[in-house]
Amino acid sequence: MKPSLISKTFNKTQKENRPALLTYIVAGDNTKKKSLEILKSISKYADICELGFPHNTPIADGGQIQTSAYRAIKNGIKINDVFSIANQFKKTKSDKPIILMGYYNMIYQYNENKFIDKCNKSKIDGLIVVDLPYPENKPFALKCKKKGVNFIQLVSPTTSSDRLKQIIRDSHDMVYYISMLSTTGGKLKVAPKKILERYNKIKSLNKNKNIVIGFGITEKTIKSLKKADGLVVGSAICKEITSSIKKRQNAVTNVTNIVRKLKNKIK
Amino acid sequence: MKLKRNIPLIDQHDKQGFWGGKFGGSFIPETLKKPVEDLTKEFKKLRKNKKFIKKRDYYFKNYIGSPTSFIKLDNLSNHLGGAQIWAKVVSEANGGAHKIYNATVHALICKAMGKKYIVGDTGAGYAGKMLSMAAKKFGLKCKIFMGAKDIRRQKPNCDAMRKNGAEIVPVLSGSQTLVDAVSECMRYWVSNCDNTHMCVGSTVGPNIFVKICGWSTAQISRELKSQLKNEFKKIPKKIKLINCVGGGSSAYGFWSEFIDYDKKQIELVGVEAGGPKKSKLHAAPLSRNAKIGILHGAASYVCQNNEGQIQETESISAGLDYPGVSPIHCFLKDSKRARYTYATDEDALNAYQMVTKFENLNPSLEPSHAFAEAIKIAPKLSKNTIIIVNSCGDAKKDRDILKERLGKRR
Ligand SMILES: Cc1ncc(COP(=O)(O)O)c(C=O)c1O
Repeated sequence: MKPSLISKTFNKTQKENRPALLTYIVAGDNTKKKSLEILKSISKYADICELGFPHNTPIADGGQIQTSAYRAIKNGIKINDVFSIANQFKKTKSDKPIILMGYYNMIYQYNENKFIDKCNKSKIDGLIVVDLPYPENKPFALKCKKKGVNFIQLVSPTTSSDRLKQIIRDSHDMVYYISMLSTTGGKLKVAPKKILERYNKIKSLNKNKNIVIGFGITEKTIKSLKKADGLVVGSAICKEITSSIKKRQNAVTNVTNIVRKLKNKIK
Repeated sequence: MKLKRNIPLIDQHDKQGFWGGKFGGSFIPETLKKPVEDLTKEFKKLRKNKKFIKKRDYYFKNYIGSPTSFIKLDNLSNHLGGAQIWAKVVSEANGGAHKIYNATVHALICKAMGKKYIVGDTGAGYAGKMLSMAAKKFGLKCKIFMGAKDIRRQKPNCDAMRKNGAEIVPVLSGSQTLVDAVSECMRYWVSNCDNTHMCVGSTVGPNIFVKICGWSTAQISRELKSQLKNEFKKIPKKIKLINCVGGGSSAYGFWSEFIDYDKKQIELVGVEAGGPKKSKLHAAPLSRNAKIGILHGAASYVCQNNEGQIQETESISAGLDYPGVSPIHCFLKDSKRARYTYATDEDALNAYQMVTKFENLNPSLEPSHAFAEAIKIAPKLSKNTIIIVNSCGDAKKDRDILKERLGKRR
């Protein structure tokens, strides 16, 4: 099987001796058009783009991402719009991996098989489902793999070592390590050194898996974690969208500035 | 879909936690896998532990005040004609509602696990009030998540929580009701699961919380069973057990001992919140045919739109104002063991007025929904039919709403 776009991206950033920068925004925040513009613009600096499909009962998201999600839903975003944003993005940025992220009920209502098919047709590279943990997600993950969609497993500080081994074994090209016990958008409450210790332990189970760290990463904290294969920034970006809207400033420019700064810190 | 006999319904799920192969489960973020697993193991151990059972029974009797009484509502029965109407007055329990059973058991589990902090959600404020009471009793620090709208409409219970030393965290997202309170409570647990125990206020949420809650409220039907035998010498031939259903904890507790009986002998009737008569919104996923969806870590019938966004609900009763429902009630519905219907806000208010006019009983708006159904069907039934309503909450908390809707006096 030929390597996925996600794998290729990590190969490239590893050659450049830096972590991949992963950004997260909510599709349709605050409009379909705007979020596509933001996506295109930040992809100049981001290596992998995560795109959230918003849900109105997000049990693992903190205030910033909730605000973005509610805003997008209020402005009428539908799941097919999310696919269309991703697809349009891919038309001009075919070499940028895009990962959809969200909650299982949205997939369940769409129908699992139809959802995965649609991911494949829209050139989605990966999928993160927050509330479909391992091992319950195994059949779904397998279906994704068959359609060339990376299913991205999550691991956290509470994941036992037995589970960790199994998850790594069954994972695809990328694994997401949640840095601390927190929803998204929490303040980094664990020392970066500690986070990297856990990260190294996970990494040592299989050097070939790309492990990214997320939760609590901001302009302030990103540099301290640059040893990782990849770093995810979400809430800090959503927060900027919120504040740009409040100040009636151009969200595209402001968010792009932040992403550029984040990138500079880990170059 | 078929029920098994001689196995408590809470245990009739598969390895992945699904009842009837599709309701329930544990749709949780990875971070909660370990704490949920730990809790599952602990509960499995404790429910087999004689000392723990003894302790539970001690507190049920001496702290909660079991058994609550079982009384005939003669005046109401005579007024309506037809079936005899009885009530199990669960609102006599310490604190004024069935929520005390689940809260007490959770506090005991929290202690057994060596945790010092306990958090919970609440809608009507009873689950929160009871958890604050149990926390105080057992020396735990307590936080209650409650929608801002519910804080306004259920003030007496909020006053009680504060008096017991609990912190009420107002939830301002979404519709500011129970659904948002549960979400926020779960988020808090994600961030603090290392030292904090979470109590879910009804038979909803990830599989283990359904089980613990059902195991706790089942006390109600154990009492009723022996009370029935005392009163009638044996279990009567025609019984209808009518209970309101929000999450479904009081209904399950009221029914659990009777599920194995033939439904021709003991009919189980669940009454959901139909919302205001003129509104399209309601909180009745079972009786108004909502689709299956995932909410708060479990699959159940859920009020939602085509896309899977959870729908806003509306009900005069904060305790029933929830878009989902227990997976075990979905199972009871699909296996046709229980029948589910709804009562509107107006039905519940009328029932409240009628019950309080004829009887020395003050049911809160939640059980008033159940009384509405009893009042509706009683006249059509024979004298030897025994209707029993679970009067599971006291109306003190509804003081302000009743005053607004029905005028002074109350
Ligand atoms: C008195 C009362 N009855 C019923 C309910 C509904 O919950 P459940 O269906 O779990 O009994 C509540 C919930 O707050 C309540 O306070």
